[in-house]
Amino acid sequence: MNIQDYKGIYVFIQQVDGKVAGVSHELLGKARELAQKMETKVTAVLLGYQVSGLCGDLASYGADKIVLVDNKDLEIYSTRPYAYAVCKVIEHFKPAVLLYGATAIGRDLAPRVAAKIRTGLTADCTKLDVADDGTKNLLMTRPAFGGNIMATIICPDYRPQMATVRPGVMQKIKPVEDASAPVDSFAVEIPESMKDVQILGVVKKESHKIDIQDAKILVSGGRGMGGPENFKMLEKCADVLGGTVSSSRAAVDAGWVDKDIQVGQTGKTVRPNLYLACGISGAIQHLAGMEDSDFIIAINKDETAPIFDAADYGIVGDATKIIPIFTEEVKKALADRKK
Amino acid sequence: MDFKLSAQQEMARTLFRDFAEKEVKPLAQEIDEEERFPTETLEKFRKYKFMGIPYSKEWGGAGCDTLTYEICLEELSKVCATTATMLSAHTSLGTWPILKYGTPEQKEKYVRKLCTGEYVGAFALTEPNAGTDSSAQQTKAVLDGDHYVLNGNKIFITNSGYADTYVIFAMTNKSLGNHGISAFIVEKNFPGFSVGKEEKKMGIRGSSTCELIFENCIVPKENLLGQEGKGFSIAMATLDNGRIGIAAQALGIAEGALDETIKYVKQRKQFGRPLAKFQNTQFEIADMVTKTKAAQLLMYRAAIAEDEKPRYSEEAAMAKLYCASTAMDVTTRCLQLHGGYGYTREYPIERMMRDAKITEIYEGTSEVQKMVISKYAFK
Amino acid sequence: MNIVVCIKQVPNTNEVKIDPKTGTLIREGVPSIINPDDKAGLEAALRLKDSQGAHVTVLTMGPPQAETALREALAMGADEAVLVTDRAFGGADTWATAHTIAAAVEKLPYDLIITGRQAIDGDTAQVGPQIAENLNIPNISYAEEIKVEGEYVTVKRQFEDRYHILKAKMPCLITALSELNTPRYMTPGGIVDAYQKEIKKITRADLDVADGDIGLKGSPTRVVKTFTKSPKAAGTLVSNLNSQEAADYILEKLKEKFII
Repeated sequence: MNIQDYKGIYVFIQQVDGKVAGVSHELLGKARELAQKMETKVTAVLLGYQVSGLCGDLASYGADKIVLVDNKDLEIYSTRPYAYAVCKVIEHFKPAVLLYGATAIGRDLAPRVAAKIRTGLTADCTKLDVADDGTKNLLMTRPAFGGNIMATIICPDYRPQMATVRPGVMQKIKPVEDASAPVDSFAVEIPESMKDVQILGVVKKESHKIDIQDAKILVSGGRGMGGPENFKMLEKCADVLGGTVSSSRAAVDAGWVDKDIQVGQTGKTVRPNLYLACGISGAIQHLAGMEDSDFIIAINKDETAPIFDAADYGIVGDATKIIPIFTEEVKKALADRKK
Repeated sequence: MDFKLSAQQEMARTLFRDFAEKEVKPLAQEIDEEERFPTETLEKFRKYKFMGIPYSKEWGGAGCDTLTYEICLEELSKVCATTATMLSAHTSLGTWPILKYGTPEQKEKYVRKLCTGEYVGAFALTEPNAGTDSSAQQTKAVLDGDHYVLNGNKIFITNSGYADTYVIFAMTNKSLGNHGISAFIVEKNFPGFSVGKEEKKMGIRGSSTCELIFENCIVPKENLLGQEGKGFSIAMATLDNGRIGIAAQALGIAEGALDETIKYVKQRKQFGRPLAKFQNTQFEIADMVTKTKAAQLLMYRAAIAEDEKPRYSEEAAMAKLYCASTAMDVTTRCLQLHGGYGYTREYPIERMMRDAKITEIYEGTSEVQKMVISKYAFK
Repeated sequence: MNIVVCIKQVPNTNEVKIDPKTGTLIREGVPSIINPDDKAGLEAALRLKDSQGAHVTVLTMGPPQAETALREALAMGADEAVLVTDRAFGGADTWATAHTIAAAVEKLPYDLIITGRQAIDGDTAQVGPQIAENLNIPNISYAEEIKVEGEYVTVKRQFEDRYHILKAKMPCLITALSELNTPRYMTPGGIVDAYQKEIKKITRADLDVADGDIGLKGSPTRVVKTFTKSPKAAGTLVSNLNSQEAADYILEKLKEKFII
C-alpha cells in the first residue's frame, strides 16, 4: 500500500428513509476543517436507492464532491451489502480519511469495512485533528474505560484512516443555499453471497416510560416544585431531553407522585449521565440515592441547600420559573441541529 | 497458616454477595416491617441451588466445603438476618442430622429433597420448660407396635409453618435422664401434629417462629433418627455445627452495620464537616472494624475445623460467643453514630441492632458457650 | 447445535477512580468482571442450551488471569472453556484481536458465535463484526432478541429509533446488548464443577496466523497518548441570574458535556 496514493477526506453519509442523519452533516462540517489542514477536498459517500435528490443537501453542508452508489440492494441498511459497496468505493477512490457517524449503523458498518480492507478504525471519537509533525496523520481522540480516560490514536501505516465519530459533538457549517457539487455515480453490483441476511421487517419504536434506574437523564423534582401540577413541566423537560422524571421523598410523601420514581435511601439508587435536581434540598437520604450520577445540576431557591455540595453546577433560583424556559431553549437547540 | 480464601471460595463469595445485594437487600425492610416470611427468596434459593450448599452432589447438594456455606450466611446476613436464619435453620439444623445419623432409607427419603429445596427443614428441641436446660424434655414418645405416639409441645421453632420435615426430640425413657431422649423425623402432615401460634419477635421478624403441638401424633417406627436414647447427643452435635452458622450470621450483621455506618459518616455533616473527620468517629470505627475482623477469623477457623476434625465444639463455641457479642456491640455503637436518624426506620441500622440480639440467645445462649469453652479450658 | 461465546474480562469501570494527584487511573482493587454485554451473550447461549440442548463453549483472549472469567462462565453453565493466550498477542488493537480470535474460533465447531456489542474498557464495539469478517460469515449486531429455528436465527436488531427483524442462516455471528436479558447467577455447585474442569489453552504456536497480523505488529492503529479528563472539582454555584439567563446557563453546561 502506498500511502501517497491516498487522498481526500471522505464522509460516509448515513441516510435512512431518504433523510440524511444529523451526524453526517456534522461530519461534513468537521471534514471541511480537516480538509483545509490537509490541503485536500471533502467527498460525501452516499449509498441508497433513488437518493440522488439528497446531493444538493450534501453540497450545502460542505461536500466538494459526492460519490453516489444508487442500487436497489442498498435501499435499506444491511451490513454486508453496505460494507461491500464501501470497500469498492475505497478501492477505487483511495481516500486518505473516511469518517462515519458512531451510530447503530456506523458502528456496525465501519468495523466490517476495516477488517475487510485491513486498515485502522477508531471508535466513537469526540475530537479529530491533524498532526503537525509533517505526517499530517489524522489524530483521533476518544473516551475509554467507561469515559474515565481519553486516548489519542493514529493509523500511520494503513489507509484510509477511519473513525466513527460521536453524534452531537462536531459542528456542522451553516448550510449554503443553492450549493451544488459534482456527483460521481459509482456502480457497484452486490454479489449474492453478500445478501445473506434477510430483512423480515422494520418496526419503528414508540417511546414508552423508562424505569428511573435505566434512564440516562433524570429530571428530578422535590418539595420546591410546590405542587403536583408542576411536575408536568418536568415531564415536558424530560421528554425533550430524552430522559424521564424522578423525585425526592418529599414529593412522594406529599402524594404528588408515585413511589416508583423516588430517588433516595428508601427509594431507588440511580446513576444517570445527567441528574437535574429541581427544588430538591438534598437531604442526606436523597444524596445517598443519586450522588454517583455523572453530571449533577441543581436548582434551588435556598443557596445553603446541601444539594449544592453534590452538584457540579448549582443555580440559585426558582425551578418552576426556570424549567419551562429551559425546556424551550432545549427544543430550539435540538431543532437547530436537525436542520 | 494460609489466611487467603481459595479462588473457588472467592468466586463463591462474589456470587453470594451479588445475590444478597440484588435479590435479598431490596426486600429486607419490607419483610421486617410486615413480619413476612420471604417465600420469593426461598424460591430463588431453590432455583440457584442454595439449599444444600455444604452437602455432597450425591445427595443433590452443591458439594462445597463448610467455609463456603458459612460465607453464604455471612453475606446474606450483611443485608438481611431473617433470610440467613431461614437458610441456616434449614441447612444446619434441619438437614444435617438426617444426613449424619439417618439410615440409608431415611437419607434416600429426605436428604435429597432437602438439598434440592423441594423440602424445607426445621429442628425442634426447645420447650416451654426446656430452654438452656434442654435435657428437661417433657415431650413424650411412646412406642406402640409399629409407631411412636408423641405428646407435648415445642416452642420458638424456626421455619415452622413452612417446613416439610422437622427433626424432633422427645423423651422415650424418663428414668435414663439425658440418655432417655430420642430423635425423630416428623413430617408436617403426620396425624396429630400441628403448628401453633406465631411468635411476635424483637428482631428477625420475617422468620417464621411458631409453637409445635403434638397430640397423640403418630410417627412411624422407621422415623426414629439414630438409636433410642441417642437423641441428646444428636441434638448437641447438631447444635455444634449449627452454631457456626449463627456465628456467621452475627458476623454478617456486624459487617453490614459497619458498611452502612461508614457510608453514613462520610456523608453526614455537622459543625461544618463530615462526621468521619471527627476523631471520636474514627476511633469508634477503628475499634469496631478490628473486633469484627477478629470475629471473622474465629468464625472461619471454626468452619475449617468442622471439615478438618471430628470434634470442633470449642472452636464453634468461641466463634458464636465472640461473633454474637461483637454483633450486639457493633450495631449498638453504629446506631449511636447515626444519631437521631439511626433511631428511625428509614435507616437499616435499628433493624440490624434488633436482629443482632437473637444471636446471643438461640442455638445455645452465650452463657452456654462459656460453659463449653471453660470445660475445655479446665481440661 | 454448537455455540461459541466470546467474552472479555474487564475491570469494573463503574468503580475505577482517578488519582487526584497523578491524574492516572487507579486500577488496584478494582474488581474484574465478565464484560456485561458479553454476559448477556452468554446468557442467551445458555438459554439455547436449556431449550435446545446446545453445546456452549466460552472463549476469551487475554492474560492468564482471564481464566477467572472463564471459570465464572463455566459456573453459570457453559460446557467448555478456551483461553487464547500468548505474549505474542499482547498490544493488539481491534483488527489484530479479531484476527487472532477468528483464527482460534476456526479450530472449534460452531454454528453460532455470540459476542458482546462492546467492552466497557475499550468501548469500541468493533471486535464482533471484525471476527465475522475474518470468518467470512454474516454478522447481526445490537441483538435485542434471538430465536433459533433449525438452521436459521431470527434476530431483533436495534437501531436508535426502530428495530429490524433479520433472519440469517448459520453459521453467523451475533453481537449482544446487555438489554438482551438478565444473566443468571452462578450456582455454588456450578463453581465446584467449574474448578474441576480443564481449560483448553490456545497459544501462538497453535494458530495459523502470520506474525505481522497479530499483537502490536499486527495493529494498524496506535495510541499516541492517554490522558484523564480534569477531575471533578468542587461545584460552581451561581446566583443572581434571572430565569432566562439561568435557562441559558444550564443549556450551555449541557452542551459542554455533549449531553445536548
